[in-house]
Amino acid sequence: MSGGLYSMEEKNFDTSLDLKKVRPYGDTMNDGKTQLSFTLPVPCNEEAVEAAKILMKKMGLENPQIVFYKELTEGFTFFNCYGSLTHSVDFTSIFVPKVESNVMDMHQTDEFIKENIGRKLIVLGASTGTDAHTVGIDAIMNMKGYAGHYGLERYEMIEAFNMGSQVLNEDFIAKALELKADALLVSQTVTQKDVHIKNLVELVEMLEAEGLRDKIILCCGGPRITYELAKEIGYDAGFGMNSYADDVASYIAQEFVKRNK
Amino acid sequence: MRESKLGLDFEKVAYAKQLAKNISHDVQNFVDNYSTVAVERTLLRLMQIDGVDKNDVPLANVVVDFVKQKGMLSHGILYILGNSIVQTGKTPQQIAQEVAQGTLDITTLPFEKDEKIIQKALDKYIDISIEKIKTNRKRRENFISTIGEGGKPYLYVIVATGNIYEDVIQAQAAARQGADIIAVIRTTGQSLLDYVPFGATTEGFGGTFATQENFRIMRKALDEVGQEVGRYIRLCNYCSGLCMPEIAVMGALEGLDVMLNDALYGILFRDINMQRTLIDQYFSRVINGFAGVIINTGEDNYLTTADAFEEAHTVLASDLINEQLAFAAGIPEEQMGLGHAFEMDPKLENGFLYELSQAQLTREIFPNAPLKYMPPTKFMTGNIFKGQIQDALFNAISIWTNQGIQLLGMMTEAIHTPFMSDRYISIENAKYVFNNMKSIGEEVEYKKDGIIQKRAQKILNDATLLLEKIDKESLFDALEKGIFAEIKRPKNGGKGLDGVFEKKENYYNPFIEIMKK
Repeated sequence: MSGGLYSMEEKNFDTSLDLKKVRPYGDTMNDGKTQLSFTLPVPCNEEAVEAAKILMKKMGLENPQIVFYKELTEGFTFFNCYGSLTHSVDFTSIFVPKVESNVMDMHQTDEFIKENIGRKLIVLGASTGTDAHTVGIDAIMNMKGYAGHYGLERYEMIEAFNMGSQVLNEDFIAKALELKADALLVSQTVTQKDVHIKNLVELVEMLEAEGLRDKIILCCGGPRITYELAKEIGYDAGFGMNSYADDVASYIAQEFVKRNK
Repeated sequence: MRESKLGLDFEKVAYAKQLAKNISHDVQNFVDNYSTVAVERTLLRLMQIDGVDKNDVPLANVVVDFVKQKGMLSHGILYILGNSIVQTGKTPQQIAQEVAQGTLDITTLPFEKDEKIIQKALDKYIDISIEKIKTNRKRRENFISTIGEGGKPYLYVIVATGNIYEDVIQAQAAARQGADIIAVIRTTGQSLLDYVPFGATTEGFGGTFATQENFRIMRKALDEVGQEVGRYIRLCNYCSGLCMPEIAVMGALEGLDVMLNDALYGILFRDINMQRTLIDQYFSRVINGFAGVIINTGEDNYLTTADAFEEAHTVLASDLINEQLAFAAGIPEEQMGLGHAFEMDPKLENGFLYELSQAQLTREIFPNAPLKYMPPTKFMTGNIFKGQIQDALFNAISIWTNQGIQLLGMMTEAIHTPFMSDRYISIENAKYVFNNMKSIGEEVEYKKDGIIQKRAQKILNDATLLLEKIDKESLFDALEKGIFAEIKRPKNGGKGLDGVFEKKENYYNPFIEIMKK
C-alpha cells in the first residue's frame, strides 16, 4: 500500500460549515468521508468487490474504496470500505424529544427530595420477561453502581428494590402494589426479534388495565432503548446507553414533584 | 517441589484446597440423601425413554409427574419402572407411552418382593446407554488421534441465531476461520423450563433451544467441517438450570464435548433453589465425567455484578469449591474448565498487571485444568475500536499464562450477538496474539515481591480467609449471606424446590456407581 498516503484528490467543494447541509467529516469540512464494513453472501472475487462498490454508490457514497476484503467462509465475503457521502442533513431543523430534567448527583437529588417531597421515594426495578440479564438494572440500582456513579440503593432518600431478572410482568405489578412504588424501572437487554418491545408494551397494557398507569412514573432502560422509543410505547422516560443512576434518580425526583404540584 | 512464578507457598494452596474439600463434603453429605424430578427424568432417558405425548410434553416428564402425583416418587423411578418391566414384560418406552395414554398405572401393579429381580430387568437398558456413551467417547478420542485438534488455548466462539440450521452455517464458518469450540447459546429462559423441548427447533430468543435433536444436527455438522479443516471441533452447550442432568445425558448420548455445568451460577444468576440444583449438579457431573465432557464453571459471572478488582478472591474461592465438588462426582482435573475472567475496569492503573497476576495464580493453583478464561464484557462500551484492544490484552494474558479455553471476546459485545464477520475479526485477533507472543510465559519472570507477586499472594490469602469462614458455617449459609457476586439467596427460596425429595428404601440409581468407576 504505497499509494494513498497523501490524498491527491482535488478539493473542489465548499469547505465552509453550513449547518443546513452537514456532511460527515474526515479531515476537511464537507469531505463526507465515511467508513463502513459489511459482509455480502457471495464468493470472494472481482465481481464481489464490484458489487460492494455498487452498493456503496447506492447508499450515496462517492469514490467507493474497498480497502480490505476477505472470504469469511465459502460464499461470504467481508469488506472494509471508505467513501464520500453525497447526502447531507439540515441540522437546524432537528428536534429530538429528551428527558426534561436537570441531572443532579446523588447528594443533590437526596437534598431535592428532602426539600420538595419530604419522604423517601420508592423505586422498584427489574429485568422483566424472559430476559436473564441483570447487568442493566444492577448498574442503575446496586449500591456499588457503575463507572463511578452510585446506584439507587445508596441514595438516602430513595427506597430501592431490585427484583433481578426474568421477572414476570404480573409479579412485577404485584410487587409494585405491595410496596406502593412511586416509580418502576424496567430493564431490557435482549432485543432479538424485538422481544423487548413486546414485553414493554405488555407491561403498559397491564398497568392500564389495573388503573395504575397514571399513578406511577414508568421508565425503561437498556442498550437499545431511546427516550423517543420509550415515549412512543407509552413510557414516561427511556434511558439508553451511557445513562447512570444520576440520570434516572434526578428524572424521577423532578417528575414526581412536577406531577404533585 | 513445584516452582511458583508468583512466589506462592504451595502449603498454603494445599490448606485452601483442604478447606474447600471440607465444604464440598458437607454439601455431598446432603446431596447423597436426596434426589429430584430432573434426576429421575434423566434415569428414564437412560432407559431409552424418548419422545413426547400429544401435548408435546416429554414422556420422561409424563412418567415422573405421574409417579410423583401418586406419591411414589421417593422410591425412585427406576424401582417403579423396573417393577413394571417385570410385571408387564414391556419395554420402558412402551410403558412410558401407555402411561401417557392413560392405559397403564405403574404405581398400582403388584410389587416384586425380590429387588434383585427388579434390578436385573433394568440391566439390558442400562448397558445400551452405557455402551452408547462409551462409543461416543471413543469416537472423540479416535477423531483427535487420527485427524487432530487445535492447540490450547482452544478458541471458543458462540452461535446464537435461534435457528439450529442457521447456527450450523455460522458454526461451520467459525470452524473454517479457526474456532476449536462452538457453543450454541440457549434461548433466553430455557434454564427455567422444568423439561427439555423435543425435536429440531428454528425459533428462539437470543439463542437456540437445547434439544437432543439439535445436539445431533450440530454434532454432525461439526464432524463434517472437522474432517474438512483437519481439526476436531468441540461442541458446547449449557448443562445448567432446572434440567442439568437431563441435558448432561443428552449431551453424553449425542457426543457433546463441553458443558457449562455450575450450580452456583444457577443459584446466583437464575435464582434456582440451591438444594435442587446442587443435587442435580452432582448427577450431571457424574455423567459429564464419564462421557469425557469438559465442564465449565461460571465464576466469571460474579464479576459482572461484583467488582473484579475488589472481589477477585471470591472467584478463586468458588473455583476451589467447584474443583472439590467436581472431584466428588468423579471428574478428573483434565475435564475441569474452571472459570475466571478479564473484567477489571480498563481505567484501573496497572489493571493489566492485576489481570496477569490473577490468571497466573489460577493457572498455578489448578495446573492440570483446562481453565476457561472469559473476555471483557462489563466494560465493553460500543466503541468497537477500543473493544478490539481490550480483547487483544485479554488474549495476551491468556497465551502468557497458558489458559485452556479462550472464550473469545467480540468487539461488538454489548451491541449484538456476533455477526459472522465479528467472529472472523475476533479469531484473527487471538491467532495473531497467540502466535506473536507464544513463548512469553517461558521467557519472562515476575519481579520478586513486585506488584504481580504481591497481588497473587494477597488474593490467595483472602480466598483462604473466605473459605475458612464458609467452612465454619456451610456453603448454604454463605449463599444466604451473599458472599458470591453480592447476591443473597435463601436456602428454601428460588425455583425448583418442589422437585426435591428424600430417597426412601428401594431407591435405585446404579449409574452413579457404574459411571464413577
